[in-house]
Order: sequence, then C-alpha cells, then structure tokens
Amino acid sequence: MVNLTIDGQSVSVPEGTTILEAARAVGVRIPTLCFHPDQSIKANCRICMCKVGESRVLQAACASPVYEGMTVDTRSPAVIEARKLNLQLLLANHPQDCLNCIRNGACQLQDLAAEFYVRDNPFEIKTRRMEKDFSTPSLFRDPDKCILCRRCIEVCSVVQTVNAYGMQGRGISSIVVPTMGEKQIESTCIMCGQCIHVCPVAAINEVEEIDKFMAAVADPDMVVVTQIAPSVRLAVAEEIGRRTGDLPMESFVSALRHVGFDYVLSTNYTADLTIMEEGSELLKRIQENDRLPVITSCSPGWINFCETFFPDMLDHLSSCKSPQQMFGALVKTYWAEKMGIDPARIYSVSIMPCVAKKYEAARPEMNASGYRDVDLVLTTREVGRLFRLNRLDFSKLPPSQLDSWMGNFTGAGVIFGTSGGVTEAALRTAYELATGELLEEVEFHTVRGRENIREAEIDMKGTKVNVAVGHSTRAARELMEQVRSGQSKYHFIEIMACPGGCIGGGGQPLTRSDQQRAERIEAIYLEDQAQKLRKSHENPDIKTLYDEYLGAPLSEKSHQLLHTHYHPARNRYAVPGFNPQAQARG
Amino acid sequence: MARETRIVLKNLGKIDPMKIEDAVAQGGYQALLKARDMSPADLIQEIKDSNLRGRGGAGFNCGQKWAFAAAAPGNERYVVCNADEGEPGTYKDRIIMENDPHRLIEGMAICAHAINARQGYIYLRGEYSFLRRVLTHAIDQAREAGYLDGFDITVRRGAGAYICGEETALIESLEGKRGEPRYKPPYPPTQGLWQRPTIVNNVETLANLPSIVDKGASWFASLGAPSYPGTKIFTLTGDIKNPGFYEVPTNTTIRDIVYGFGGGIPGDLALQAVQIGGTSGAFIPPDLLDTPADFDSMQYAGLSLGSGAVYVLDETRDILEVVTRIESFFEHESCGKCTPCREGTPRLVGLLEKIAQGRGSRFDLDLARKLGHNMTITSLCGLGMAAPVPMLTAMQHFPAVFTQQVSAKTSEEGTPW
Repeated sequence: MVNLTIDGQSVSVPEGTTILEAARAVGVRIPTLCFHPDQSIKANCRICMCKVGESRVLQAACASPVYEGMTVDTRSPAVIEARKLNLQLLLANHPQDCLNCIRNGACQLQDLAAEFYVRDNPFEIKTRRMEKDFSTPSLFRDPDKCILCRRCIEVCSVVQTVNAYGMQGRGISSIVVPTMGEKQIESTCIMCGQCIHVCPVAAINEVEEIDKFMAAVADPDMVVVTQIAPSVRLAVAEEIGRRTGDLPMESFVSALRHVGFDYVLSTNYTADLTIMEEGSELLKRIQENDRLPVITSCSPGWINFCETFFPDMLDHLSSCKSPQQMFGALVKTYWAEKMGIDPARIYSVSIMPCVAKKYEAARPEMNASGYRDVDLVLTTREVGRLFRLNRLDFSKLPPSQLDSWMGNFTGAGVIFGTSGGVTEAALRTAYELATGELLEEVEFHTVRGRENIREAEIDMKGTKVNVAVGHSTRAARELMEQVRSGQSKYHFIEIMACPGGCIGGGGQPLTRSDQQRAERIEAIYLEDQAQKLRKSHENPDIKTLYDEYLGAPLSEKSHQLLHTHYHPARNRYAVPGFNPQAQARG
Repeated sequence: MARETRIVLKNLGKIDPMKIEDAVAQGGYQALLKARDMSPADLIQEIKDSNLRGRGGAGFNCGQKWAFAAAAPGNERYVVCNADEGEPGTYKDRIIMENDPHRLIEGMAICAHAINARQGYIYLRGEYSFLRRVLTHAIDQAREAGYLDGFDITVRRGAGAYICGEETALIESLEGKRGEPRYKPPYPPTQGLWQRPTIVNNVETLANLPSIVDKGASWFASLGAPSYPGTKIFTLTGDIKNPGFYEVPTNTTIRDIVYGFGGGIPGDLALQAVQIGGTSGAFIPPDLLDTPADFDSMQYAGLSLGSGAVYVLDETRDILEVVTRIESFFEHESCGKCTPCREGTPRLVGLLEKIAQGRGSRFDLDLARKLGHNMTITSLCGLGMAAPVPMLTAMQHFPAVFTQQVSAKTSEEGTPW
C-alpha cells in the first residue's frame, strides 16, 4: 500500500493507483473530460490538473500514479484557475449554441462550464466552421463541436476494430476525420454508433427523425404502427429518470399511444419468428453440412461489418432478415390484410436501441411488401425526447396492453436484447424441433456472461452442436478469422455488433460505462423469467401466422418476405430515397 | 578568454567521414572495445561518475538513465539516437554527424553494451536527408569491420515535425504512428519503443561517450562546470560577427560566447538580447551576460541551456515582432494533442499580433501572460511548456516593449470585446 495526502486527508491505496482513483476513494471528485472508465488514459484535456508537492508544474490526476509520501492539492484557487483557463480555451473553440444542441443537458463540456461557473470567456469565440457530415442515414458528425478527446477513435479501433476514425492535421488544425474518405459513408464505418456513447459532447450523434414521426401523426390518412425492440422498454426507463427496467410494459405502451401511435406491437414477436426461421435454417444446414457455421444476421452493425471486412464470408450469414425487417415485411402484408387496412396507409415505425437500424431500414432490398417495409426508425433516445416533448406523467398513465396480432411474444423473444440471447432462444427451439422431446431446463447459462466470446457444446440427443457467442466487432473479427481460415469448429455463431448486445446499442440512452450495460442485461433475464411462455415455437400467434399465412418455416412465402441477401460494402453508397443534402439542416 | 575545447568535434577536419580507416586511425572504436571488456554495471557506473548529462535540453544524468533501462524487466531493449535536430538555430548534431559519424555509432554501441540492447535506431531529422547516406555508409562499414557484433543500427527519417524531437513523440513516430508525445510516467527507460526499455539520447550526448570511456570518468568530470561537466557545442546566429559553431567548456559565460567566440555585434551596435536554447529558449538581457552557460547556472538565473543555440539581437531589433514570429512557429508545430498547447498557441499569436499592431489593451497583455503561465504548468509535454517561455521572459526582462504598445485604458478589463 502507498500512503499519501490528498487535500490534507491521509489516504492509503494500492501501488499503481492514480491520483484520480485515490481521490475518489476519499470522496474528492476531481473534474475530468477526456477520461473514460472503460478506456485507456488519454491525459489530453488537461482539466484534471492537480498540484503535487511543491512542483511548479501541475500533474494530470488521471495519468499520475501515486507514490509514498505524495501530497496532492486538488482544489486550491491556483489549481482551479489553471483548470478553468483550459476549459475556457476549449469553450472558446466550441459553438455557443447549447440551446439548439442535441446534447443540451447531456453534455460533459456543458456540465463542466456550469461547475466552473463560467460566466464569460476572456478569449474571442472562434470555432472551426467545418461542414457537418450527414452522409449516413444513421449518424451525423458535427466536427465544430469536437473537443479532440479521441474517445471515439479508441472505441472504434480498440473495441470494434473498425478504425473508421483517425486524426488529421496538426495543432489547432487537428481534427478527427473518417479515415480513407472525406465523408463518413466512404469510411469503414459500420454505423454501430458506439462512438456516440463515448463522445462527451455533440460531435457525433444519431440522425434525429422525430419530425418525420410528427408529420405522420399529423396526417389523418396515416395509420402509424410501431414495433418495440426487445431491449428498448428496459432501457427507456433511464430516459425518464428511472432505473433500468423500471417502466412496466403497460405504462410504456400507454405512453406510446399518448404520443400518437395508433397501434403498438412488438419486435419480440418477430424475434420469435426469427427463431423459427433461423432455427429451421440451422437444422437444415447442419443436416446438409451446408456452409457451416451458420451466423446470425439480426445485428445490422454486424452485417455492415461483415459486408465491409469479410465480404468473402457472406454465404455463412443466415438469410433471415432481422426481426425489425421481418416485422416490416409482415405489417404491410399479413397484418394489413388481417386488419383490413390499406398497406399504403400504414406508416411503419420501429423503436430500436440501434442507429444502424436506420441504415438497415433504408436498404433498397428491404421492400418485400411492395412498399418500404419500415418507414422510420426511432432510437430509444429519440423516444425519450418524444416523451419529454409530450410531458408525460408516467405515474398517472392508465395501463395499456400491446395490440394483438404481432404483439404477443415469449421469453425467447425478450432475450434477443442481450448478447447470447439469440443463441439461447434458438437452442430452446432447435432442441425440441430436433429431438422431439420437451426441454426441461430452458436456461443455457454457458452462453450467458460478459466475456467477448463465449462458447458451448449442446448435446441434442446424440447430435453435438457447437455454438459461439460474440459481442463487439472485435469479437466478430476474431470469430470470422477462424471461419475464413477454415479453423472454426462451430455450427452456429451469434454476433452482435455492440458490446453487451442490443442493450448496449448505439441508440440506447447515453451509456457512460460497461457497468450500465451489465445492469440492463440483468433486467432482461429477469423479464424472460417472468414470461409464462419462454420458447419461440410456443408463441400461439406464431403458430397462427404459419397456419394462416406462411405455411411452414423456410416456405416460399417465408423466403419472399422474411429472407434476404447481402452484398459487399462498396454498394453501400447507394441508398435510394436517402438524400444527404436534405438531412443537412441546421 | 577561454579557448575552444574539442572533445566531440575532436576529429573535425582530420578525417574523411566516408572512411572508417580515418576514424580508426584517430582512435575510433578503441573505446568501444574497452567498454566491451567492462561489465555493463561497471560501464554504467563509469558514465554515472563522469556526471555526463543529456545534451538534448533536459540535462538528465546519462548513466542514471541507463541504469533505469538496464534494471527494467524485458528481453529486448533499444538504443535510440535523437537526431531530430529541429530547434531553429541549432545545427550541432548535423556537424557531428556529417564530420564524424563513427563517433556517434561508437557511442550508441557503448550504450548498447551497457543496457544489453541488440537494436539501435537513429531518428534523423527529415530535413537532413543528405545525412542518411553518410550514416548508413558508416554503419555498413562499422558492421563489416565487426564493430557492431550483436548490435545493429537502422536509420529512420522523420517527416519534418518539430514535436518529434520530444523523445516520446519520436518513439511514436518510430513506431509508425502520428508523432505525438505520451504522458509520463512511464518514461522510455522502462517503457519506450514498443513498450520496451529504451534509451533515447541526443547525438551530442552519445558522441561524448567514446572520450569518457577512453579517458575515464574523473577526467571528464573535471572539465567545465562541476554540476554539468564537459563541453557544449554552441551554434551562433543572428547579429554576430562570427556566426558558427564552438565547442567550449560548460563554465564559459554567455558574454564569452557572444563577445569572445562570436566577436561581438556587427557595426559595434549595442546588444539588446540573447536567446539561448533555441526557439523555446529564454530572452536574456545584457545584465545576465555573465551567467555561466552550464545547465544549472542557467536554470538558477531563470534561463535554459536547451540545445545550445545562441541567437543574438542587436539594439535595432523589434523584440515584439521576434516573439510574435516565434509563437507562430509554435502554433504551427504544436501537435494538437493537449488543450493548452493546441488552443493556447494560436491565442498567444492572436494576442501578440493585436498588441504589436497597437490594438491591444492592458487586458490583452495580462491575458497573454496568464495564458502563457498556464501553458507552462499544464501542457502535456515540453513543447507546450516551453512555447510561451520566449514571450514570458521577454515580458519579464523587456516590459517596456510590451507596455508601450498597449493602451492604458482599463475599461475593457473583464470584457475584452
């Protein structure tokens, strides 16, 4: 242990502890900006400066290890003045339009300005005046806002191995750019949106489409239908200031009706459907020893990653559309027919934890219904904004149930929201389909957990099935390198682009640490446990769908509506109906 | 007046740098053979005893630095020669490398023996492309002659960034990355190139080693100033009668360098200021000319020895203009990694220009001083810390230059716009 003094308090901490950590242990909260609990130390913002001993030069608390006998001063006027001047330098090179900013109220720079009671700036306000980048349908960049902390670069290169961002220029001309191209869409970006979570300011954001929703609601001819993705309900509670999972489905549904949705349905339903199709595809491909392993295709960030970095491996992907797109195809065909509503009048909105879903919905091949299958994707954060816009009082909302037909789901659909969930759901169904026997123990704990790659061997009455689960595209890359080299021992691989799976998606409430993801995962498994039906094939509405409409899994009709194909990433440039200029407002 | 004492430049003009025989004839590589007969621990102790301190500007005890690297765990260690001589007005390393490359190679090989390194790199300033041939030729000859057994040297060229003279930025650049400093600790002797123990020494430091090993630690320690013994090469530029390079004992005073070796100022104009240590050095007024030029004496007087560049300004020069131009240099060369340097350097330039153009107020002057001070205490590396020094020292020693340019009005204070 190392003994030191922080602001006069004696502290004893293990060797290797930084001043920042040691200070926290005694309740001294040193302000930080570039520091991120899940990332490497950057020490570039120079906000956490402290005085150590009699040294004239201040030390960055985040990067300075403690030593025996150290005395640290974290809050003398001189130290605070030094920090504040650095903060004012950053602020003088930052747009002063907090009122119009997407991160107003959720910005670490703004928080610091408030904490340091910045009332004026001795420096002339001079910003970069660079063009905003609206080239992708998923996220937009505002380089003027960037404070050059470089967290986005780290998450993109280290966590995701995508390397879509890099530094360009030097000194005051330094700027984070999409590598190998001027526009984001031309880079290797997979639109997972993890950079949004780590950005302390509004330099990277989701493309916001609340106005489109409002226009549809205002149009009396439109029937506005929504599907709620598995991980959204749990996380959206955070948007209204509650703990994860602390918003019952009945309240959530009620709130959505209040903001203008005519029908509230569930993506969990098509998650169950995905299991039927994907489980059948898996069994078929195992029997025929055809293009193994089968790899999941629910995560659009992962699909973008595969199309970008493993275009030669696209055959391994399950041909199943993601639950969002299965839903989109069905809502304007099966559901429209059943409800007697003209599909042309249906405005299909999905509520997703994801920004890559915005791109997925805009893909040209996603029009199996004869229309664009999903008209609009709103992220969990955008739904939070809709709730605040409508000033809903959640304690007084009358409970409301999901609408029938495509509203019912099982616990298997629920766990799609976490890494390992698709695999567990698939195993619950595949086991019974393959063996014809009842599965007693539905929880497959071997595929649960937080490791980036997990694996399990499932014995289906003599047939051994090897499965792997990977989350983050770093894990995806590792698993895919094995597949490419022919070394992969798996029959089935589940990949989710975002750490933790959808609960950690790029469209979720701003996520400050991995710990927050862990809490959401816990909530999801609790929700699964609470369901009476926990296997996809037990979903009565799914049975009805096959009886009335599709026939059987992998039928011709299924193929037409529920399956898709993939193409190498160079085709990504062309997104019909998407006009970057039209997006470039503000 | 003191005379030149040539240790590092001892072979200057006596050998053909392209011929190893010439160097060997002057005793070249004898020290290396002697060093290899010593144990690494004894060799390090010898260098410690000589009290040789880094000639790159930081003045750290060389043997002490080696001891850290030798003690650091790891199988692979590196010797890196910092030949990114980017400090304006400094060209001592160039003189050494172009006249006696074998001396540098020998010094690196001695260091390699001390810390048990098998690979060395010379990080050569981008603008010194013509030296690459001299160095690689000398390395090839040394290798053929068997002097590099178990140790090899590769020459890598920089791309012209001033920041790459900072040792961790240099290492990043060597690794193929953007040249930007790392935060410290850890320091390179424990985690340097590819996170392995690495000694980064300046050309002049390494070139001192053969003589120290040859003649012994006590010989070296007795030369010049006791706390910073040996010689230092000064490069004289600006308003000086005899510009050029001079290798002198470290206890030589600034006055001797300027008026003795340099011969004084052309036209016998009065001296206004001397800037020592390169662009980031302090502005020195005439009343400090009797300061000895060694590291500690300079520091005691609030000055810095730096690289040993001596830039002389006569009475006709506009210090404000010079300082403004210097700060523009730092704005251009800031790597952009940390806030105070990236954002601060252009602000200093803006404020100084405003003052120089007569549009400034007392407020601007105070803000420039306050910002400059903040940069010196909060920047991530030496570049940002030193960038405001010329301005701050000019303000300290030549206050009238600034105050006569600004309006006395105080009404703007607090609200400069």
